[in-house]
Amino acid sequence: MAKQLMKGNEAIGEAAITAGCRHFFGYPITPQNELPQYMSRRMPQVDGVFLQAESEVSAINMVYGAAGAGARVMTSSSSPGISLKQEGISYIAGAELPCVIVNIIRGGPGLGGIQPAQSDYLQATKGGGHGDYRLIVFGPASVQEMVDMTMEAFDIADYYRAPVLILGDGVLGQMMEPVEFNKPKSRELKPKDWATTGAAGRGPNIINSLAMQPEKLEEHNWRLQEKYKQIKENEQRFELYNCDDAELVLVAYGTTSRIVKSAVNQLREHGIKAGLLRPISLWPFPEKAFAQLPDSVKAFLAVEMSAGQMVEDVRLTVNGARPVEFFGRTGGMIPSPTEIIEKAKAVLGGDR
Amino acid sequence: MKKVFDRPQAMTEKQMHYCPGCTHGIIHRLLAEAIDELNVREKTIGVAPVGCAVLAYEYFNCDMQQAAHGRAPAVATGIKRTNPDNVVFTYQGDGDLASIGCAEIVHAAARGEKISTIFVNNAIYGMTGGQMAPTTLVGQTTTTSPYGRDSSHVGYPIQVSEMLATLQGAVYVARVSVHDVPHILKAKKAIKKALEIQIKGLGFSIVEVLSTCPTNWGKTPLDSLEWLQQNMLEYYPLGEYRTPEEGK
Repeated sequence: MAKQLMKGNEAIGEAAITAGCRHFFGYPITPQNELPQYMSRRMPQVDGVFLQAESEVSAINMVYGAAGAGARVMTSSSSPGISLKQEGISYIAGAELPCVIVNIIRGGPGLGGIQPAQSDYLQATKGGGHGDYRLIVFGPASVQEMVDMTMEAFDIADYYRAPVLILGDGVLGQMMEPVEFNKPKSRELKPKDWATTGAAGRGPNIINSLAMQPEKLEEHNWRLQEKYKQIKENEQRFELYNCDDAELVLVAYGTTSRIVKSAVNQLREHGIKAGLLRPISLWPFPEKAFAQLPDSVKAFLAVEMSAGQMVEDVRLTVNGARPVEFFGRTGGMIPSPTEIIEKAKAVLGGDR
Repeated sequence: MKKVFDRPQAMTEKQMHYCPGCTHGIIHRLLAEAIDELNVREKTIGVAPVGCAVLAYEYFNCDMQQAAHGRAPAVATGIKRTNPDNVVFTYQGDGDLASIGCAEIVHAAARGEKISTIFVNNAIYGMTGGQMAPTTLVGQTTTTSPYGRDSSHVGYPIQVSEMLATLQGAVYVARVSVHDVPHILKAKKAIKKALEIQIKGLGFSIVEVLSTCPTNWGKTPLDSLEWLQQNMLEYYPLGEYRTPEEGK
């Protein structure tokens, strides 16, 4: 298929349709509105369902119902809306239902602003809703990656019977880039014989997250943890850029990683051995990437559009072996290569 | 020997957990009988609420999904939009439907979602231990209205059927009661009609069923039936508030 110029939010919509998604439930919120708008136009053309819910709470519960009934289903929102969806996300995780959720992050807390941010990292990767659960979280850095990850996310969700979150930001949602839609190699997926489709010729199927007996609930929780262990083993993704001889490794994901890549190139021009470690899967956090780094690494610098959220995972992974510094902008401000370079030089010491 | 009475196919053999004198058991059975009579058990998907009927998925012998508090109409919407040929019902109490889930039921009705809701109104929160519900009558004592519901402080009980009957998408809205046999028979008719309307694809249908809560009302089962008649029927009049004929 030829490349076409598309806006990030719309590209996600087309990717979902390419992946076989035929159900979308959403609610307007900036800066992700182009996605539900796109779906409202495209879904009827492919015999799919687009429904604008009365709230984010309702939208995610429609997703729960549709996923339980066997649909490939998606919803999208932005930060305050994702907070509202957390109740449903916890139920979806508890009931082990596959679906894809898109968060095009804006600055917070509260109503915040409508400019891009990465300040929902902790909410996305550490829980957000109640209970012992994890989301599989992918952080694309380009419109093409948004497309590829969205398409694969449906397979991954079905494979593990678990929700997958695409964590973008306002920049990625709004930017236009050339993309192509190449359907990824499909995983071998089991039939959804657990779905509620009417109990014809079989016993009833029940979609549920309630376990009143503590022994049963604990058993359920350990089983979920076992699944998360598998995901941690199989689904870590990352990119290492100029890390082979790096003395300073900058760690950044999504939009920020693109700016950091420029900063790394400029640092290299100044003779500073900088590299980029880009987490692509945010949960599971790509610990394996750190194991591949050379001994030459003296320090890490996490760069984020937040007050410092992913840096906690970097520190946990580095576990005191090297210093981990942080540089961030918040509130919708985007870090510039210049300020990243200044910070990088400061981390390596004043003699540079 | 000729068998004249049996457990409906649409019910499991599981023993129910409901308190003595609670009418959930009767309402479950009426719904199950209606499913059997319409011969749709194998295409029915039910949605259980949060509240006393949270375990409904153990009692109905059909596919079931358990929903978050108040969200059953949204969950049912997702199911129905995925499998339009299935018969989808929600079974909800008054705390679930009239309080936390008020938006979900209003909008499911407004959309004319082709689902059926069985709405059990006993004027109190049952499962959490007898707190005030949106349907608690003025003056009624509960654990969070210990001096009786004071309308100047917490306003008035919501008449759900009257409210939903104002919506174009709500094709069938009826309020029934299960306090005696003639009313139980009428309730059965209404529930069956609600399902039939869904099967015909006409739109949203809801049957509000006045019910008892002997445990939290602090009354015997018989006194509870008496209290329902003397207190609830006046504020919650029985009847069909909207029918497909009116909708035309």
